[in-house]
Amino acid sequence: MPDSAPLLAVSEVSVRFGGVSALADVDFCIEKGTVTALIGPNGAGKTTLLGAVTGMVGISQGRVVLGGRDITGLPPHVRARLGVVRTFQNLEVFANMTVLENVMTGRHALVSYGVLDGILRTPRFRAGERACREAALSRLEFVGLAGKKDVLAGELPYGSQRLLELARAVAAEPALLLLDEPAAGLNTQETQALAGLITRVRDELGITVGLVEHDMDLVMGISDAVTVLNFGAVLASGTPAQVQADPDVVAAYLGD
Amino acid sequence: MKPWYARNAAKAALFALALGAAPLALPNEYYINILILGAINALIALGLNLLLGYAGQISLGHAAFFGLSAYATAYATARMGLPIPVGMGLGVSLSALVAWLIGMPTLRLRGHYLAMATLGFGIIVHIVMNETVEITGGPSGFVGIPRLALFGYAFDSDRAYYYLTAAVLALAALFSLNLIDSRLGRALRAIHTSERAAQTAGVDIAGYKLFVFVLSAAFAGVAGVLYAHFLSFVAPSSFGFHFSVQLVVIVVLGGMASVWGAMAGAFFLTALPEALRGFEEVDILIYGAILVACVMYMPMGMAGAASGAWRRIGRWRRGRAGQGEGGHAG
Repeated sequence: MPDSAPLLAVSEVSVRFGGVSALADVDFCIEKGTVTALIGPNGAGKTTLLGAVTGMVGISQGRVVLGGRDITGLPPHVRARLGVVRTFQNLEVFANMTVLENVMTGRHALVSYGVLDGILRTPRFRAGERACREAALSRLEFVGLAGKKDVLAGELPYGSQRLLELARAVAAEPALLLLDEPAAGLNTQETQALAGLITRVRDELGITVGLVEHDMDLVMGISDAVTVLNFGAVLASGTPAQVQADPDVVAAYLGD
Repeated sequence: MKPWYARNAAKAALFALALGAAPLALPNEYYINILILGAINALIALGLNLLLGYAGQISLGHAAFFGLSAYATAYATARMGLPIPVGMGLGVSLSALVAWLIGMPTLRLRGHYLAMATLGFGIIVHIVMNETVEITGGPSGFVGIPRLALFGYAFDSDRAYYYLTAAVLALAALFSLNLIDSRLGRALRAIHTSERAAQTAGVDIAGYKLFVFVLSAAFAGVAGVLYAHFLSFVAPSSFGFHFSVQLVVIVVLGGMASVWGAMAGAFFLTALPEALRGFEEVDILIYGAILVACVMYMPMGMAGAASGAWRRIGRWRRGRAGQGEGGHAG
């Protein structure tokens, strides 16, 4: 399978917050069509790396290449349009909008009518809105929230808000979806359902997934590849089995 | 049932009818003045509501955009002798252009830079209006602005002017409703709740903030030219910091992120001082007490209170229907 260049290639990326080095010379790849996990102890720099890829965290050195195109330095919304979409560790649903509106907002960049079309309710607007609505509904069905489409997102239970974020993210039809601790706060059953959903994102929607997660059962169960970060540097990468057998990784997780 | 995309047009048409019928309920012609000023304030509130209520960005200088266009059309028509429609166009364009110049640098930054920039801008504009006596007439005001005539029709009577203002307000309400119910409206609301999540949905947050800021200044500009050609006199005291704050109060009191709430707040706060005029010395105290009561008992504003009451009525009716069935079965 890995006959071509990876979908995402992060090379020699460093991030500093003031005098503190959060990431140092990190190389990280995600192959197309995989679920690739990024793990590591707290404070290892996993979320910072997601920020560097999506453009929400400024990097002091290095390159980020998506599908052969250098996206280093592009603002976050442009990267999103080019195909990198993320979810957030602390839920960021649009609480004051309905569930359906949340997912329709996720398709913002795919709806092509202009401001005047909206104000004058032109046929172009109507067609665009109808298509957006249908696509959003199909993503809600995908995560099992179609029955809640008219509920205010802020009124959903926690687990459902996580699913809503996932629906909103896949609605953008990204090439690469980055999930930041999607299982945080979920119970065992919900986590199992999430595992099934993530593999379906890869297999049915054809979206490559980058996964930052602490739940090792989830990570080892569904990942095709795993990269371990520790103190802002890559400690190991490989298949789940290789990584689990790596003595450095074991030491980092169990302590010295 | 109306098709979904025509629902706002139906609401706006009903609103236009209500505005048209409003003068019939008035005891005398003096109140037409208050309706006109209420509609002009409602127009500014609609624009500010798009910015503050939907996109969550604060402007503390909207009185200045209102005043800039009023003075611009006054100068263009009374001093330079330009036709009124040209003066009005210049006034609205000036407000929008100035908003663009202020918004360009400030809206790229995170935080409350827009509030600070517009606060300073409002104060500067107010000082300029007072000091450049040659152009603006200074503190005593600008007199002799021609009353409005469009396409050969002179809006001489207050009633005619009211219908014009009401028509503009109804159109502006439809414009706002349609804007909110579109991709752009969703983007604005998204920016209000989470800028990061909006970005990851591909929303250019700086671009949209600038767009809605300029748009809301243009709304204030339209209100300004209507104001100038109605009173045929403008003075700096109408465009000070106090009025900017009052506009924010109108939007908050009406209910953030509600087109109807913003307009209701504007009419209410325009009429309230008039209603309290009989209380002479203590009117300002009563005014304050009413505002405090509003905030205490309607924390979500007038729009929030109205939709809450609507839900309670619905529940009460369902409850009665349920009891009726229960009684029948028993």
